[in-house]
Amino acid sequence: MLLQVERLDVYYGAVHALKGVTLCAEAGEIVTLIGANGAGKTTLLRTISGVIPSRSGRVTFEGRDITRLPAHDIVGLGISQAPEGRLVFANLTVEDNLELGAYRRKDRPGISKDREEVFRLFPRLRERRRQSAGTLSGGEQQMLAIGRALMSRPRLLLLDEPSLGLAPLLVREIFRTVREINQRGVTVLLVEQNAHMALSIAGRGYVLETGHVRLEDRAERLLQNDEVRRAYLGG
Amino acid sequence: MIRRIIWTLGTLVILLGLNLALPRILNPYLFQIVILCGINVILAVSLNLINGFTGQFSIGHAGFMAIGAYGSAMLSLHAGIGWVAALTAAGVPPGVAEGAALFAALLAGGLLSALAGYLVGLPSLRLRGDYLAIVTLGFGEIIRVLILNIDAVGAARGLPGIPGWVSFFWVGLGGTGVVVLALNLARSSHGRALFAIRDDEIAAESLGVNTTAYKVLAFVIGAFFAGVAGGLFAHYLSYLNPNSFTFIKSIEVIAMVVLGGMGSVSGSVLAAILLTLLPEVLRPVKDYRMVIYSLMLIVLMITRPQGLLGSREIRLGSWVGKLRVARGAG
Ligand SMILES: Nc1ncnc2c1ncn2[C@@H]1O[C@H](COP(=O)(O)OP(=O)(O)OP(=O)(O)O)[C@@H](O)[C@H]1O
Ligand SMILES: [Mg+2]
Repeated sequence: MLLQVERLDVYYGAVHALKGVTLCAEAGEIVTLIGANGAGKTTLLRTISGVIPSRSGRVTFEGRDITRLPAHDIVGLGISQAPEGRLVFANLTVEDNLELGAYRRKDRPGISKDREEVFRLFPRLRERRRQSAGTLSGGEQQMLAIGRALMSRPRLLLLDEPSLGLAPLLVREIFRTVREINQRGVTVLLVEQNAHMALSIAGRGYVLETGHVRLEDRAERLLQNDEVRRAYLGG
Repeated sequence: MIRRIIWTLGTLVILLGLNLALPRILNPYLFQIVILCGINVILAVSLNLINGFTGQFSIGHAGFMAIGAYGSAMLSLHAGIGWVAALTAAGVPPGVAEGAALFAALLAGGLLSALAGYLVGLPSLRLRGDYLAIVTLGFGEIIRVLILNIDAVGAARGLPGIPGWVSFFWVGLGGTGVVVLALNLARSSHGRALFAIRDDEIAAESLGVNTTAYKVLAFVIGAFFAGVAGGLFAHYLSYLNPNSFTFIKSIEVIAMVVLGGMGSVSGSVLAAILLTLLPEVLRPVKDYRMVIYSLMLIVLMITRPQGLLGSREIRLGSWVGKLRVARGAG
């Protein structure tokens, strides 16, 4: 098992945001996490990557307990996150943003090679490499956030709503790229509002509801599930 | 490597040349303004490392300056003067002996201030924005009140008799030192990490940047150079008074950083010089001096809210390039 989350409890002050969440991901999978606004999806990703502390429960990655590790050490182990709302560094150039993704790495040649790889996945970023990230369009910023997360050569990629606010054509492009990244051996935990798209590329899915896991199944079965259809697929 | 040695030697020669020339060309009043410009450049660039590079908000820079000023002055008064006497008696030229004693005093003042920066930097791990501003404001005031109440450092009477070892060379050296360090930092991967923290701390942390370490580091380096500036100030004026280190002084330095452009080293240098000269230039208008000074600041900030240079740097190379192009065209 690559990632295992067991009975995780997370609080923001008095707000109980995650209530005993248990979830796992096998190496090579795309796992998706769907749920309404405020269900706790972002909280879960941030707890896995170490940005938010948990009160109880356990997160293990490749058999190693990472629950109490600081975020900057977790990146070194092979988990990276493209945060919600494309938090790119607005005042830095596209190149500098990518360099920061490789911040923990020292192998110069490998870094340049991976940067080329990101530019191949997202050709628009190459054209804008010296532009400051704040001047990119929303979709381009999303590409940059994903590209930046890839620069640390993760074995597990956490994506938080990569399709948020993008035009349908671009959504399809992003999802195609996510699948391509996965096919090269990166396990993906994908948080999405766009449940249809997410379930169509994922192998398995979880439905999160106000802080706990409501459903868990193979993606094609969730697509058929009446409850899911009503609540997340519009009919 | 060789280029670096040539640059270093060149800078030293220029500084020594100016050191000889300036006191002869300028009258004492103008010379003092040049020295104050240099000290303010060090203060502004060092605060820029904290406020501009990492996006923290410190209003306690006068406190760090005070620690460096009083710390270095006490060392010189109680030990440095004795060292100089002993060294000259042993045949060392007085200029060299004084230089060595001053260097030790500046270093000690800087390190003492850096230690304080570390202690103030620690809460900055938890606090951000307005809260950190209040902590640093409180820190600056505590330092001043402490000095006011410690008899050994002269309390409200001030501290007289500090040896006046500072010449233009030392101010120039301090200024060049902090500017070179800041420019190199800005271009390094450490600088990128600092800018990333400024843009989005959570994103930086989640990419593997140890944000706490960097934020404290910025405080420590910034405080060190503020302490050096304080030491230069003490050993230039030969007299210290707690009133030189009120929070008004901190605000003055913040104005230089904001006016120059957050994160722009050359902007800080330019603004520090400008804001040191401005009150002097306005002397003829007497009572209205500070009114006009403030008005000019307001107008500047309205017309250029991002500061004189934004976050850009002036590059000598690009000017030379432009000159060449202009000649080629003409
Ligand atoms: N910093 C915070 N302080 C207090 N409460 C918070 C904080 N961040 C999130 N919450 C609360 O925790 C709950 C889960 O939030 P979270 O951001 O994880 O939801 P989400 O599933 O990602 O929603 P969305 O789809 O809208 O992004 C919400 O009720 C939210 O109000
Ligand atoms: Mg969210």
